[in-house]
Amino acid sequence: MDFLNALVALTNYIIIPASTYGAQLALGALGVTLIYGILRFSNFAHGDTMAFGTGLAIIVTWGLQAMGVSLGPLPTAMLALPFAIAGTAVLVLVTDRLVYAHYRRVKAKPVTLVMVSVGVMFVMNAVTRFMIGVDDIKFADGARFVISARGFKEATGLAEPLAFRTTQLLTLVTAAIMVAALFWFLNRTRTGKSMRAFSDNEDLALLSGINPNQVVRVTWIIAAGLAVTAGTLYGLDKSFKAFNYFHLLLPIFAAAILGGLGSPLGAIAGGFIIAFSEVGVTYAWKKVATYMIPGFEAEGLLQLLSTEYKFAVSFVILIAVLLFKPTGLFKGKAV
Amino acid sequence: MSGNRTSASQNMGLRYTLVALVLPALFIIEWINGGPNAALGILNMGLISAILALGVNLQWGYAGLFNVGIVGFIALGGLAPVLVAMPPTEGAMSAGGGRIALALLAGIAAIALAIAVNRKAPGKTRIIAVPTVLIAGFAIFRMIFDPGVEAVQAINPSATGFLGGMGLPTLLAWPLGAALAAGAAWAIGKTALGLRSDYLAIATLGIGEIIVAVLKNEEWLSRGVMNVNGIPRPWPVPYEIDIQADAAFIERAAGLGLDPVTASTVLVKLLYTGLFGAVLLALIWLSQRALNSPWGRMMRAIRDNEISAAAMGKDVTRRHLQIFILGSAVCGLAGAMLISLDGQMIPSGYNPLRYTFLIWVMVIVGGSGNNWGSVVGGVLIWYLWIKAEVWGPQIMDLVTASMPPGDLKSHLLDSAAHMRLLVMGLVLILMLRFSPSGLLPER
Repeated sequence: MDFLNALVALTNYIIIPASTYGAQLALGALGVTLIYGILRFSNFAHGDTMAFGTGLAIIVTWGLQAMGVSLGPLPTAMLALPFAIAGTAVLVLVTDRLVYAHYRRVKAKPVTLVMVSVGVMFVMNAVTRFMIGVDDIKFADGARFVISARGFKEATGLAEPLAFRTTQLLTLVTAAIMVAALFWFLNRTRTGKSMRAFSDNEDLALLSGINPNQVVRVTWIIAAGLAVTAGTLYGLDKSFKAFNYFHLLLPIFAAAILGGLGSPLGAIAGGFIIAFSEVGVTYAWKKVATYMIPGFEAEGLLQLLSTEYKFAVSFVILIAVLLFKPTGLFKGKAV
Repeated sequence: MSGNRTSASQNMGLRYTLVALVLPALFIIEWINGGPNAALGILNMGLISAILALGVNLQWGYAGLFNVGIVGFIALGGLAPVLVAMPPTEGAMSAGGGRIALALLAGIAAIALAIAVNRKAPGKTRIIAVPTVLIAGFAIFRMIFDPGVEAVQAINPSATGFLGGMGLPTLLAWPLGAALAAGAAWAIGKTALGLRSDYLAIATLGIGEIIVAVLKNEEWLSRGVMNVNGIPRPWPVPYEIDIQADAAFIERAAGLGLDPVTASTVLVKLLYTGLFGAVLLALIWLSQRALNSPWGRMMRAIRDNEISAAAMGKDVTRRHLQIFILGSAVCGLAGAMLISLDGQMIPSGYNPLRYTFLIWVMVIVGGSGNNWGSVVGGVLIWYLWIKAEVWGPQIMDLVTASMPPGDLKSHLLDSAAHMRLLVMGLVLILMLRFSPSGLLPER
């Protein structure tokens, strides 16, 4: 019984939240890594692209709710998602045309592009604030739980509760669909293959007649789709606050670098590793330990780090990767 | 060719003249419109901004290093006045201070041991040995550290609840602020330099967030969200209350036709201006000397072509580390000066948009690679940043004046506060695109 309780506590407090968060990070890191692979710079505006897209999704959600449209048990925001992706894709394409395209033409150093993306980040941050303000917004509707804590306790008779929220299930399912679609696209379609070729060797790709403008456009559209989905799922799961997405930048970059910049598979693995470490390190293990080790009385909470330091975890992982394996787990691009 | 050069140098002369005319003009207009206190207030912060911009310019302008964690180095510098100038908390050192110090030493020892193990241990055993050392070290650290922190934070938590400082003069905190920032820069530069240029940016983003998080949460050190108030002023600057009670001062103020309150506030601000101005001039002199020395030429050679500089036998990574530390130290110095101007340390006030990205706008607008450019950018952008707060709502009022009252109008009026961000972002993008060398270009 104690073992089962420990398992339930572990699932409830670590496995479910970390998988959800990991899926959100993975989607974000995929966007970063794709832009890095094709456009060859770290896009600091990615967090604010997520915030902008989520803000758009919230506004469309409000509109749909006002019209009385709903998805039943699912959050209305899922219906708003395609509109938000389309809007954000337009924004990033216009940004690319007005801002980034020039630096590709003059073959600027990557660090210049990084800096330009910081400027873009500023502007997007301001646009998001204009659009939706700086307040905390909760926009999840529909059924709250797939498995509710009380329902689980009554059904199983265990002491530990297990809650599984709709938004968590939704995150996992949506992320799985997105990733499957992305890999199918990259490996099976002509455009996807030309993207990979472009990422591997730009000159060779150009020689074989691949249209660079098309590759760049498609990359931005996919990155926007991934960013908006990740942002909206994160917002549904927690809540929306424009500034939180800036703080997501560090775990997302850490995930992408841990996996190897430019490697989509690495971004997914990186996202989950970061999420599980972050949740595991900031979780108070006292309960699980008490169940697992009979007669054990813990003195403290057995929490390694307080939750305020959760992004220190991604930072430590990032530093370790830079020190020991700068190319990342999945052999990313150049060091 | 020679004609080109003359017109270029004439152009430069014109730019310098314009700047030399416009900046004082802005200051005088502000003095007339807003009074001497407002004008000097902007100038003092402008001088600190100029020092920050100088530090960042060392990294970006001389070496092309992109530091996205300036806020962290400023915050770390800001810790120095707390540690140096605050009076020590009665009994804190004996209650838990010793334990905390011991814990920190143990932590450093664990890291050093891990590094040694990593160097010496053969092949595969490293993969197990290094994490074991680190985890054991962390456990020991927490075992010594936690009771010490509890004891310190239990001492009169509403007024102190932290270690306090050493009760030394505030001016001593300035070099310490620089040293703290330099130490952090050494650690981060050692890991991230020598890899891709993006990696330094991402690593500094991380260290910036972590330093601010530590200051926000470690109450024994900086009182966290409870803030440290009443940090003593640096040496020549008196308190307004004291000089207002001084009969000789009141008489002299009356002789100048000023009431004692205005006269005392202006005098305090002027003394700060003198202090900051002296530091700024010294830094410019040093930077100019460095820029025009063989060392400065080597730095620019590395920035412009790392491969050829490396082929000439220059150790690129070492030089990068050196200049990264120097630039961060200047930021730490400015952070310490900032706190001694405010007289209080508010850890939750360290916002990256204000303390990292605004500094970047200053450097780019001023002209990267040009020290005078950084100074001009620092003062000018600080002026615009302050003014945009006033102008934004006014412009919005004008724009919405003809609109019928309603949701849209009130939404627009509310969002005027975000105008500053938009303006700064646009300025950065437009400068990078159309005038990447800035107001005062590098020659």
